[in-house]
This record gives sequence, structure tokens and C-alpha cells, in this order.
Amino acid sequence: MDTNARIVEKQDLTEITKLFVVHAPLVARNAGPGQFVILRVSETGERIPISLADFDRDAGTVTIVVQEVGRTSALVNALGVGEEFLDFAGPLGVAVSLPDHGHAVLIGGGFGTGALFPLARELRRRGVRVSSIVGARTHALVVLSELLSTESDDLYVCTDDGSTGYHGFVTGCLEELLDAGMGFTSCFAVGPMPMMRAVAKTTYELGLPTMVSLDPLMIDGTGLCGGCRVTVGGKSLFACVDGPFFDAHQVDFDEADDRLMAYKEQETVACAAAGLRR
Amino acid sequence: MPIVYPHKTAMPCRNPEERRRNWDEVAEGYTVERAIAEARRCLSCQDPVCELGCPVNVPIREFVHCIAVGDFEGAARAIRRRNLLPAICGRVCPVEHQCEARCALAPHQDPVGIGRLERFAADWVREHGDNGETAAPHLWREQKVAIVGSGPAGLTVASDLAQQGYPVSIFEALHAFGGVLRYGIPQYRLPKEIVDEDVEHLKALGVEFVRDVIIGKTVTIDQLIEEFCYEAVFVGTGAGSPIFMNIPGESLKGVYSANEFLTRVNLMHAYLFPEYDTPIRRPRRAAVIGAGDTAMDGARCAVRLGAEEVHIVYRRSEKEKGARAEDFERAREEGVIFDWLTLPQRLLGNEDRWVSGLECIRTELGEPDESGRRRPLPVAGSEFAIEADLVVIALGTNPNPLVPKSTYGLEVDSHGCIVADPETGATSREGVYAGGDIVTGAATVILAMGAGRKAATAIHEYLQHQLVDKGAMRAELS
Repeated sequence: MDTNARIVEKQDLTEITKLFVVHAPLVARNAGPGQFVILRVSETGERIPISLADFDRDAGTVTIVVQEVGRTSALVNALGVGEEFLDFAGPLGVAVSLPDHGHAVLIGGGFGTGALFPLARELRRRGVRVSSIVGARTHALVVLSELLSTESDDLYVCTDDGSTGYHGFVTGCLEELLDAGMGFTSCFAVGPMPMMRAVAKTTYELGLPTMVSLDPLMIDGTGLCGGCRVTVGGKSLFACVDGPFFDAHQVDFDEADDRLMAYKEQETVACAAAGLRR
Repeated sequence: MPIVYPHKTAMPCRNPEERRRNWDEVAEGYTVERAIAEARRCLSCQDPVCELGCPVNVPIREFVHCIAVGDFEGAARAIRRRNLLPAICGRVCPVEHQCEARCALAPHQDPVGIGRLERFAADWVREHGDNGETAAPHLWREQKVAIVGSGPAGLTVASDLAQQGYPVSIFEALHAFGGVLRYGIPQYRLPKEIVDEDVEHLKALGVEFVRDVIIGKTVTIDQLIEEFCYEAVFVGTGAGSPIFMNIPGESLKGVYSANEFLTRVNLMHAYLFPEYDTPIRRPRRAAVIGAGDTAMDGARCAVRLGAEEVHIVYRRSEKEKGARAEDFERAREEGVIFDWLTLPQRLLGNEDRWVSGLECIRTELGEPDESGRRRPLPVAGSEFAIEADLVVIALGTNPNPLVPKSTYGLEVDSHGCIVADPETGATSREGVYAGGDIVTGAATVILAMGAGRKAATAIHEYLQHQLVDKGAMRAELS
């Protein structure tokens, strides 16, 4: 059985955000929307989880988007076309449960937008209307909006500095759309923790069912270590096997946010050891 | 009449002060002289009952005799007839409950050090090679067998079936092989080089090792059978899912399941950070909850990570502890402090949400519970706190549900364990066999190997029947 994962295409989305199309037929064959892979790039390296931004069973490829945030992601982003990942295991997690009618709003922050694409495609296949909101700090950091627009009925871009599209946060845009009479029946948000938390707060007040994708620290990704535990509705769940999508209104964001920071000091050490500046 | 010595020949060990700060193997193994001296204590009983205590029936009398007369290759070969992983078993088997418990010497003096002798023979051949070793078998059969999980059960099935000529593939979810031998048992107790050697040995037999494949996610068991044409499947996925206590504070930073703590240390080499990238909290005062083998591993790893003080916190007494005698003793030598009859009620944190201690209550033992051990009862008003900046929860594991959940018609019991015939490993699905912790719940390496051995025999019989059936069908059609 061939488990090789070779990079067949690479795009520079921003200076620190890269998109890879990876030939990994074993991962592609059973992949579903919302799932992720765990990869490794060096014999002394970490295992890191990365969301699937696309999968094509016929071509045997999957797409991932990686933003340089630490040592391992820097090593990933240095890889080029033709190179192979040392390990590329998946698809992991459960495919997110999607509605088959109504009007879904998908909200992507930064490179999290990529993970929404398979959801948009599947929602539209089911006949669900899809509106997308994509946010970033500034114009140059808006990524993947064209890709997502191919599977959206309408798409709105927001920037914190107003350099393009709506001037403000995605939550402001969402509120305006709702005020304008958009009758959303479900919401899916992927992005930085503060954004997902803000979306959850907004949609909770409106009673709009919302799912968010959590990306806590993981090791094995198969339910073995429990390092990725998150509290959802007062229950401790494992993001790797119970998620990564959870009911946003039940997630303990404070705890999830805090646990992400556990090794911040060590990350600085690791980056320094690798000659990376953080 | 042989001269009988009352005590087991001692095995040289590195001294506790030295080993507290490094990861080298603690027990150094017998020298040739010591091994022969110990082997000569064996009475060579007419009826070697020790062998009945071994889940894989190693010919103990024969191999011990070989050592006694200086034929170490012969000893290793005798063991290998029944046990392909002797260097591992000689280190991690709970011999005091198995072969050595039945030794005829045992009622009056120390039993023969069977585990130590097994290790000696295996290590001797590792070092000196075995000239008489048989060549790799030819995998001439056509029926392919898939093995899910590369732990002790899976490795045993693979080796038995490869020796019968079956093409065998082992699928492993992680990036390295060995299962619990890799991620669970620490370097100082089982050097990973030994696991590597055993895997290499099986590769030389022609076994295919496939990493990064999570059966139940990447490929399901049904797909293995229908699309990848495996005619039989063995599930040896272990008891992978950690149990938490469901007490407040378990989500604080610095609180680990034993699985996470040991996986970071062993599989990911976090103790070598930043040479290796995976980090781990360096403790000052660590507390490990539980008193089984895994708890001892956790405590002794915490010692080696630099903790000044390491506590084992256990709600029952020393008598009820699950750990092997040897590991318990070693932990004590290394300075681990045992807080018996102590039940943690919640974990305490500081303002940055790092764990800072455990709030505990004293217990006393009441009537036996369903496990047969006396039930711990909290003593009212005896609450107290233990300071700790690292907490490891080592209270056991549940079966990993990935395979049962994704396999059509595979029966599980109320604990989530796969239901399998204890004599054959046969499950509710034809052609699908299971063994080891996924069937029994968390147990030992050698019991998993015993289950693997039985399943391999049953799989061979099943595949032979399939051939006969197919032949009969073909004859009928023509």
C-alpha cells in the first residue's frame, strides 16, 4: 500500500501562507469535509494537524494550506514541488455533519478560509444556499476568497483596516447581512480563536446554530493521548476523534485558547535553535 | 544432587543516583558467569510446570538447561521457537505472576530468574549473532493477511503467519512501529533499539510494514477485505483511549494522561528537546495518579525529566498496587514517594491556569469491590493538598473505538472491547480476528502475544478451509 505524499503544486498565498496540492491517494479516497491530516517533515520533528482544504478522489490529491507560525510550519513551507512529506496520515477526525436544506453562512478568518471550501462544495451539492464571509487584517492577507467564491452563492470580504471590502470584523459584516434580511439557518466558522469566539457570541444571541473547527495541540490524532481535549457543553471531548467541528455555543473558548499556549516558551526556544526569528 | 542456592543471582543495575538523571537502561543484564550460575539453580523438573505459566509456552526447562551448559545460541533458538520477541519479554514480562510463580523452587526459596535468563539468551544472540539461524521463509501462499496495529499482538501474528508462508501486511497509525513498546514503555526499561531490531527481523522475514495508515479512517476493514483483497484481518489495536477522572482541574496546563506524557517522551523524544521538536513540561514536583506499571513509568520519567520530588498518589494501599514488583522497587530506589490511601478530589491551578497541586482526601479500605480488591472509602475531614506542577493521570485506558465504530457487524461488549473467542480470536465477522488489549482491556505484552499466537493458528486454519471450499466450488462448477 502506497503511503507516499508528494507535493504536485505549491502556491504562495502570502509571504507566510502556502497552499500545497499533495498527491496522497490513500488520504483522498475516504476524505470528507471538515477532516484533517497529521504530518511530519523531519525525523526529529513534531506531528502537526492540518485541515484539508480540498480533496479530489479521482486525481488522488488533497490540498492543505499552511501558515508559518512556528518551527514545523516553517519547515513545511520550505518544501517545494516534487518533494515528499515524511509522514502524511489521514483523513482524521469526523466529517462535519451538514444540513441538507436552508441557507448556510460560512465565515473564514485568514488561512482558515481554506478549510471551509469542502463544506461549501458539499452544502451546494445538497442544495443548500451558501453565503461566505472572508476576513483578514488587510487586503494583502485576504486569501482563498476566489476559491471559496466558486462554491458560494455570494461572498463578502472584510478587512480590519478597510483596505478592501467591508471595513471591520467578520461579525460586523454578519450582523449587517442579518439586518438586511438574510435568513441564515446555519453557520460554520473557521479561523483564529478570537474570531471564532466572536462569531459564537454573535450567533448565540441570534439563536443561529453554529459549528467551529478547533485546532488544539495534538500528537497522535487517533484518540490515544487526549492532549487535544476540549470542554464542550461541560463534557471533555477529544478534538481528534470527536471533532474537529463542535457546537460553537457549547465550546469553552477560554480553556481552548489557554491550552493552545502551553508550550509558547518552548516554541521560542525551538525557533531559536532552528535559526528562525519569532 | 545439584547444589541449591536460596537466592536468585543478582542482576547488576546502575545505581539510582546515576540513573535518576539519564535514560540509559537500568538493569544491565547477566554476565555469562552469572547466567550460568542462575541456570544451574534450575531443578530440570520432570514436569516443568513453569512452562504452563507462560502464555506462549516457551520451553523454559530446555532453554535454561542450554544456558547451564554454555550453549547460548541453543537457548535463544529454543525460546524463539515459541517467542519471537525474547529480548522484549525478558525485560517487561510480569514473571513473578507467570512462569516464576510456578517454579518448583518457589515455595522454599527464590524461583529461578527465568525472565533474566530469557533476556540474557536474547541479548547474547543480539550481540554475537546466531550462525545456525534459519533462512527467511518463502512467502509462497497467495492468501494475504492484514494486521491492524504493530504492537506485541500484531507482531506475533505477523511472525507466525510469515513463517507459514503467508504474505502479511502490518498497518500502523503512527510513524513508528511497535505500538505500546514504542510509545509506552520508556527507553531505560526497554531500549528502542531492541524494538527496531525485532521489526527489522520481521521485515527480513518478508513482512510488509505500512505506517501512517489509520484503519477505520484511511482505510476501513471492509475496504481491506473488499478492495485490497486481504482474505483475513487481525485487529490488535490495543487499549488506546486514556481514562480521565472527571474531577475539576483536569484541563489545566501541565496535566497529562499517562499516554500523552509517555508518548511525548518515548515516541516523540521530548526529553531531548530542543534537539527534537516536541516539547514537554519540565517538572519540579510531579504527581502521578495510579499505581500500575504505567504509573511507575510515568513517575520514573518525571524523575528523569529533572523533578526534585515525584509522588505516586493511589487511593488503595501498597498491597493492591498493579505494578510489577521490580518496577515498583526501582521507582522507590529512584526516590519516588508513595502516597497510599490517597484519593485526589480536584486539581488546583495558579492564575495562569498551570496546575499547582492536588486536593486529596485520605481513604480507608472497606469490603472488596467487583475487582476483588478492597474498596477505598474517603475519611471525612481528612482533606489535604499535595503541591505539584505536573500531574500525570495513569488510571488505565479504554479500547480505541476507531475500528469497532467503522467496521460493519463487529460485535463489542459494554466496555467497547471487541468480542472474540478466547481460544481463536474469532470475532462476529467472518475472517476478522482480534486479540490483545482491544479484546481484554489493558493487560500485558505477553498476554497480547499469547492471544496473537492463538489467532495466528486460527487464521491459518480458516484460510486452509477457505482454500478447500474454493477448490470444492471450482470442482462443482467444472
